[in-house]
Amino acid sequence: MEKLVVKDLHKSYGSHEVLKGISLKAKAGDVISIIGSSGSGKSTFLRCINFLEKPNAGSISLSGVDISLQKNKQGELIPSDQKQLQTMRSKLAMVFQHFNLWGHMTVLENVIEAPIHVLGLSRDEAIARAEKYLRKVGLDAQAQAKYPAHMSGGQQQRVAIARALAMEPEVMLFDEPTSALDPELVGEVLKVMQTLAEEGRTMIVVTHEMGFARNVSNHVMFLHKGLVEEEGHPDEVFGNTKSERLKAFLSGSLK
Amino acid sequence: MIDIIQQYWKAFLWTDGYHLSGLAVTMWLLVVSIAFGFCASIPLAIARVSKSKWLSRPVWLFSYVFRGTPLYIQLLFFYTGMYSLDMVRDVDILNHFFREGYNCTILAFGLNTCAYTTEIFAGAIKATPYGEIEAGRAYGMNKFTLYRRVIIPSALRRALPAYSNEVILMLHATTVAFTATVPDILKVARDVNAATYDSFNAFGLAALIYLCITFILVALFRKAESKWLAHLRPMKA
Amino acid sequence: MFLDGFGPIILDGAWVTLELAVMSLLVSFVIGLGGAGAKLSSNPLLKGIATLYTTLIRGVPDLVLMLLIFYSLQIGMNHLTEWQGMEQINLNPFVSGVFTLGFIYGAYFTETFRGAFLSVPKGQIEAGIAYGMSGWQTFSRIQFPQVMRFALPGISNNWQVMLKATALVSIIGLSDVVKASIDAGKSSYKVFFFTVVAGAIYLILTSVSSLVLMWLERRYSTGVREAEL
Repeated sequence: MEKLVVKDLHKSYGSHEVLKGISLKAKAGDVISIIGSSGSGKSTFLRCINFLEKPNAGSISLSGVDISLQKNKQGELIPSDQKQLQTMRSKLAMVFQHFNLWGHMTVLENVIEAPIHVLGLSRDEAIARAEKYLRKVGLDAQAQAKYPAHMSGGQQQRVAIARALAMEPEVMLFDEPTSALDPELVGEVLKVMQTLAEEGRTMIVVTHEMGFARNVSNHVMFLHKGLVEEEGHPDEVFGNTKSERLKAFLSGSLK
Repeated sequence: MIDIIQQYWKAFLWTDGYHLSGLAVTMWLLVVSIAFGFCASIPLAIARVSKSKWLSRPVWLFSYVFRGTPLYIQLLFFYTGMYSLDMVRDVDILNHFFREGYNCTILAFGLNTCAYTTEIFAGAIKATPYGEIEAGRAYGMNKFTLYRRVIIPSALRRALPAYSNEVILMLHATTVAFTATVPDILKVARDVNAATYDSFNAFGLAALIYLCITFILVALFRKAESKWLAHLRPMKA
Repeated sequence: MFLDGFGPIILDGAWVTLELAVMSLLVSFVIGLGGAGAKLSSNPLLKGIATLYTTLIRGVPDLVLMLLIFYSLQIGMNHLTEWQGMEQINLNPFVSGVFTLGFIYGAYFTETFRGAFLSVPKGQIEAGIAYGMSGWQTFSRIQFPQVMRFALPGISNNWQVMLKATALVSIIGLSDVVKASIDAGKSSYKVFFFTVVAGAIYLILTSVSSLVLMWLERRYSTGVREAEL
């Protein structure tokens, strides 16, 4: 069964149309990489999925349930039921480019926050979960009491991934998770993401890391100017590239 | 000075023999007005940063007026001004309220510190890193939870240095209370001055007491900052 | 009639308030520059005195200091005149108001200027020296203009606080706008109205000064990039 279905998503800023109808289907265990140059709309597309950006047209369903939408005064689609939106978001944990950890909370507090206050877990359950997932991303007990500002970017992003995992989400959304990291820290985050992919988690990843797109994902979408220019299995997309634009993009990004 | 201390130390610290006076009154004024200002300023600060002009404009006006005029005039307004109005004196409850110097003082002080505190908190709320709010949304928090768990705790911490400054300024501002016949430290000092003509020692003693409270408050806020602002400290090498 | 015939007294009072504030600003400005110099100097005695001054003054309420200084000055003066066999000289509340406020807010200006001096990057001064400027030249050409720019927000804030603090000088007997309004209120039985008038005059003064200061800040922030939000 499809976990996440996005149909014909459109998004404009004023008269500028950034998404011109993009669709996506993710089955359980799919790892979908979305690539494209900056300005292609790939981040906007990801952020429309959990309504951090409001799309102008399209539909989204999660685990077979359609999100009910209505138009606001600006002609954008907004969820008509805040409760449903919040439940949906809690099942779509997002990992951000700039981590967006809550600065006034320690690592452990960051990870248990949403499980307690959104999912309604007890503190003990949440801590047990948090410890499990922090271990999984390679952070020891010592790190739990630290504040985000006192950690390296790579560690912060791993905390952010643990925070997402602690929601035990249906689908994980990654918004350029390694773009803000120093080059030597990219590896530790990619390794964690690869482990998650091998466990069969459903992941949508907006990325510049072609190695990850090629080797870890089972589906690649190349976006150009708000449209899907080419998509398919990575072997096909990278090995037998059809689009000239993708060829140019790949030769540029492989340099 | 020794004579004054021997004769008036009780009045300076807590009682003139009949009523509370001196330090006890000053602290009471400070604590009540700060507590009122703090509680009222959180919802006001949220309204102040609200996108709705119907919410933000009135709060802006309130804080603009109270921050743009001297506290002494605000106190005169509530103490002598309000009570001079027939329509206040004719209504029993208002008459009772505004006749009391204490009530007018607390009202003026509370509103005044509330105005400053609202601006401090509103500034701190506006300075919340946008990504942290977005993360809260992305994890399914509703607006109330977002404010309660992320925005307000983070903003209050960030506001702590400015807020500690406001509390100390408020302590200093309580000194106008004597003009409404409230027997605070300065009122005692003035009485001592009138009785002894030893102005330097009478006011000097008051100055020393205020200095001590200031130092204690500064020390307490330092402690609070080291506890609540640990996440902003630079990384230990 | 303009403010029930009390218009002229109130305007006179407002003028006294403004004069008092401006004169006190000048005094505190000079004290502040001197204090900052002392605090940043390598002379431990100067440093110690300046630190004691700012700590004590900023730790004690301005009204207490005002009364302390005003009454003590008067009594000191009385002792002096008595000893000299002269007639008693009563201190002019305006002059003592200016010096008291100037002395108090000098402590706040000291901190403002100290912070501003410290904000000028060291490299700027080094560059001045490296290009053969004398000590005075680096100070007057490089450091001072930048100090003023960094100090401007602090100066604005101090000015606004001091402007409002002038209201307290009526307590030591100065015929400022507050005193004039209280008197007008008492004799016309319109206490409420004249309190509002006094408040409105202060609101006008603070509003106008904040506009002027905003303009100044914009003008002197040339070459400074604001943080992008």
